[in-house]
Amino acid sequence: MSSLAVNVELPELQNPLMPYLRQDRIPHIWCPGCGIGTSLNAFIRALDEMQFDLNKLAVVSGIGCTGRVAGYLNVDSFHTTHGRAIPFATGLKLGNPDLKVVVYSGDGDLFAIGGNHFIHAARRNMDLFVVCVNNFTYGMTGGQVAPTTPLGATQTTMPYGNFEPPFNLPYLADSCGAVYVARWTVYHVRQLTRAFKEGLSKKGFVFLEVLSPCPTLYSRRNRLGDGVEQLKYYKEKSVVKNGADTRDVGLSFQGDIVVGTFVNRERPTWLEAMNEHFSQRFGDRYQPYGVHRED
Amino acid sequence: MVDEPTKKAKGTIILNKEICKGCSFCIDFCPTHCLEFSKDFNRKGYHYPVLARPEDCTGCDLCGLYCPDYAIFGVKFKDLEKLAQKAPAA
Repeated sequence: MSSLAVNVELPELQNPLMPYLRQDRIPHIWCPGCGIGTSLNAFIRALDEMQFDLNKLAVVSGIGCTGRVAGYLNVDSFHTTHGRAIPFATGLKLGNPDLKVVVYSGDGDLFAIGGNHFIHAARRNMDLFVVCVNNFTYGMTGGQVAPTTPLGATQTTMPYGNFEPPFNLPYLADSCGAVYVARWTVYHVRQLTRAFKEGLSKKGFVFLEVLSPCPTLYSRRNRLGDGVEQLKYYKEKSVVKNGADTRDVGLSFQGDIVVGTFVNRERPTWLEAMNEHFSQRFGDRYQPYGVHRED
Repeated sequence: MVDEPTKKAKGTIILNKEICKGCSFCIDFCPTHCLEFSKDFNRKGYHYPVLARPEDCTGCDLCGLYCPDYAIFGVKFKDLEKLAQKAPAA
């Protein structure tokens, strides 16, 4: 026992996260300094710490850099068309209500092309866990202005600075009716892991925004340095305010970042509301859907 | 292979240097600053982290939590045997 480090052949030891990944696809295509890998790392650790039953998990991604998460995770996953991750996940959830469906996608996919699906899934309180990795730009297509690009940031299609006001994503999710809204950055790895655990165990529409550096496009166009420089900026400028009013958590270019769990409330999910409504309407003639499996 | 641990070292890192992309997250955010860039390159041309001050490593695994490429993780010496038993099944 005392001379363990000498006896054990260290190179044969494998990263404990590797069983959760499709190892034939590793190394992944994300750039050096990109935060998507770190956010996925936190997600896998949350699954590992919860001992989550992987047969009851489905991961759905859209298109984009973050959309490749579904391809790297060694669970049941689907890589959908652009922006349609939430409709696909809704169908998956309603087809098999005992699945936990996680939508893991980027800001361009969820809020530009799929923005309409997002607000309606939140309005219905569909039982989904939506993770949005927000890197303020369209990474895969070359750094165009996204609906989350802060005012004043330079992008390929806005060479003199962006003048379009961006979305405040937690406020959007909150006002549409999400039951859990949180924002963390990839600097806050432990809090992010905890937020993933809370999101995986929460019922209803859960929204988690993860701020992530994009060193190749967003940071380079704005001369903000590499991924580490952005993480240091997150470390300096982020303020933890749990329960903050989501109207006040908007982001500005290199300004303060309010992080934390903003909303945590209870509302009947779409399936519960449907079962209750039809049970009241039709009494014993109605067979509740998905209830017998939910224990 | 890891250096011969001194009495102070509580843990070590395990690195798969071929999948490292040299982003330096682990080097910059190591709580004890025991990592440094290597002098030589891996097969893809990146500098990978090396345990420059092995006596300072506590095996806290924060490098493993930050690593976007799943290349590095820390382990405490007391957990090494448990991990080695788990490895073949994984």
